[in-house]
Amino acid sequence: MNRKVAIVGLGYAGFGTTTPDLSYREMIFEAVTKCYEDAGGIPPQAIDSFVAASEDFMEGISIADEYVPDQLGAVLKPVQSITGDGLQALASAVMQIKTGQQSIVAASAFSKVSNLSHHDHLVSYATDPVYIRPFQENPYFIAGLEMNRFLFETGATREQCAEVVVKNRYNALKNPSAHYGAKLTLEDVTEAPPLSEPLGIYDMSGHLDGSIVFLLASEERARELTDKPVWIKGIGWATDTPNLDSRLEGLGGAVYARLAAQQAYRMAGISNPFNEIDFAEIDDTFSYKELQHLEALNICGPGEAGKLLELGCFGPDGDFPVNVSGGSLGAGYLHEANGMQRLMEVVLQLREEAGPRQLPHLETGLAFAWRGVPTATGAAAILSTRV
Amino acid sequence: MQDKVKVAGGTGLSAEDISSGKIFLTEDSLDCAYAWDTGVAINRYLAELKKGRIIATQCKKCRRIMLPPRLFCELCFIPCSDWQYVRDTGIVNTFSICHVHWDASRIGKDEKPHLPAVIEIDGASPGMGIMHILGEIEPEQIKIGMKVKAVWKAEEERSGSITDIIHFKPL
Repeated sequence: MNRKVAIVGLGYAGFGTTTPDLSYREMIFEAVTKCYEDAGGIPPQAIDSFVAASEDFMEGISIADEYVPDQLGAVLKPVQSITGDGLQALASAVMQIKTGQQSIVAASAFSKVSNLSHHDHLVSYATDPVYIRPFQENPYFIAGLEMNRFLFETGATREQCAEVVVKNRYNALKNPSAHYGAKLTLEDVTEAPPLSEPLGIYDMSGHLDGSIVFLLASEERARELTDKPVWIKGIGWATDTPNLDSRLEGLGGAVYARLAAQQAYRMAGISNPFNEIDFAEIDDTFSYKELQHLEALNICGPGEAGKLLELGCFGPDGDFPVNVSGGSLGAGYLHEANGMQRLMEVVLQLREEAGPRQLPHLETGLAFAWRGVPTATGAAAILSTRV
Repeated sequence: MQDKVKVAGGTGLSAEDISSGKIFLTEDSLDCAYAWDTGVAINRYLAELKKGRIIATQCKKCRRIMLPPRLFCELCFIPCSDWQYVRDTGIVNTFSICHVHWDASRIGKDEKPHLPAVIEIDGASPGMGIMHILGEIEPEQIKIGMKVKAVWKAEEERSGSITDIIHFKPL
């Protein structure tokens, strides 16, 4: 019980706004092949168990989990799917190893959102059919409500949210996996056409296809498979009530983020995240979300995130770099694989494989994922180069 | 049955209670559309069907000739790019006689039952086949192990779909 768990392999493929050349199976196969090669060329027969994150509605197949095994090398093996973000699938894989049930587990997620012609409809169908759907609003009105309340409660400004967009899309210029890199000004963002005010079109991340796979192993097996293990020191996840009109701390806060992080911090023995963590990849599905999440994750106090951002604290050269990958705003939104994209950057940085955007002197990083509107679900993972 | 059930008070619901609005319901119908990227393997499969041919891929390691074709062998986990045509004949592996439509409504008196079957295709590895429909045969004549052959749509009607084969008929 309570064995140490490391990430020993990483593979990714297919990042693009459309990927018509590959089926989802072929795209995942490419990522999986890279992942297993990254872990010393391990044959899939040597892997004990497989966990995939998937959402039937997104894929247009009910029981999409039954379509998982082939492309993972998981035929005739223990397989499970998690209907949630990729980091929740990762949590399941971690538990399988920690309990001693399995020793080597693959965790995967993918997005083929380009195959959906009515994506906003699907998001809308995630709202309550009795008392939310009859209003027939575009579902991103929920982000407008959240943003307005967040600005009201914390004193953060519209310009500070725009600054998140400018920072992350600029960071993305150094990331070859990112598809929304751009050099924007604050005015480009604040004067862009509104979506659901105060949210403008640049405050929202764009869709992306792609597939990401991690291989996890117990300490003993990790030492055999790789000389660059990245240790999962803590992991946590939490969900608030689905009621939009009566979330426990209102729409201005992100209580799911605070609770998920508390669980992960406790497991990793972290009491002061700002000092004990070197950098973070934090959900920025919408611009205000990065600031809201920074405060909920206790990286800074309430109302401080916007000011620290303006001082450069969260830039690549700042005291606490956030979303040096470009985040979802700069890299693109990968749906069920979104949290794994955050995690992927943390792993690349800790292995010193991040190329031109490599941060110096890293030991510990944080990945945080939110499941998107209208959910109140988040998952946090703490990773470290030290066992 | 009903006369054996003792009703202990309360008021029963009728269909009219619902249609007249006495019972509150919220109705919605979902509008979704998907267009799945077929990818390399299935794209070639469909393109060959349009030409009236069935194509498979073979795994270099386990030597299985696989239908539908795939770009990797799910058992050996290696890429497969060895394309091989197989025949449009085969044997019935299993079948069912369906007296209900897809939505569970019963077929009409003059309607023939649907006859889905798995056809093991000649030239593919044993057990490899196509899920399709049997035709030009009475349900009682179907036997597991019987030989069948594809009946193709006219060339100009084919669209690159599994339905370019209308059905399989006895050979």
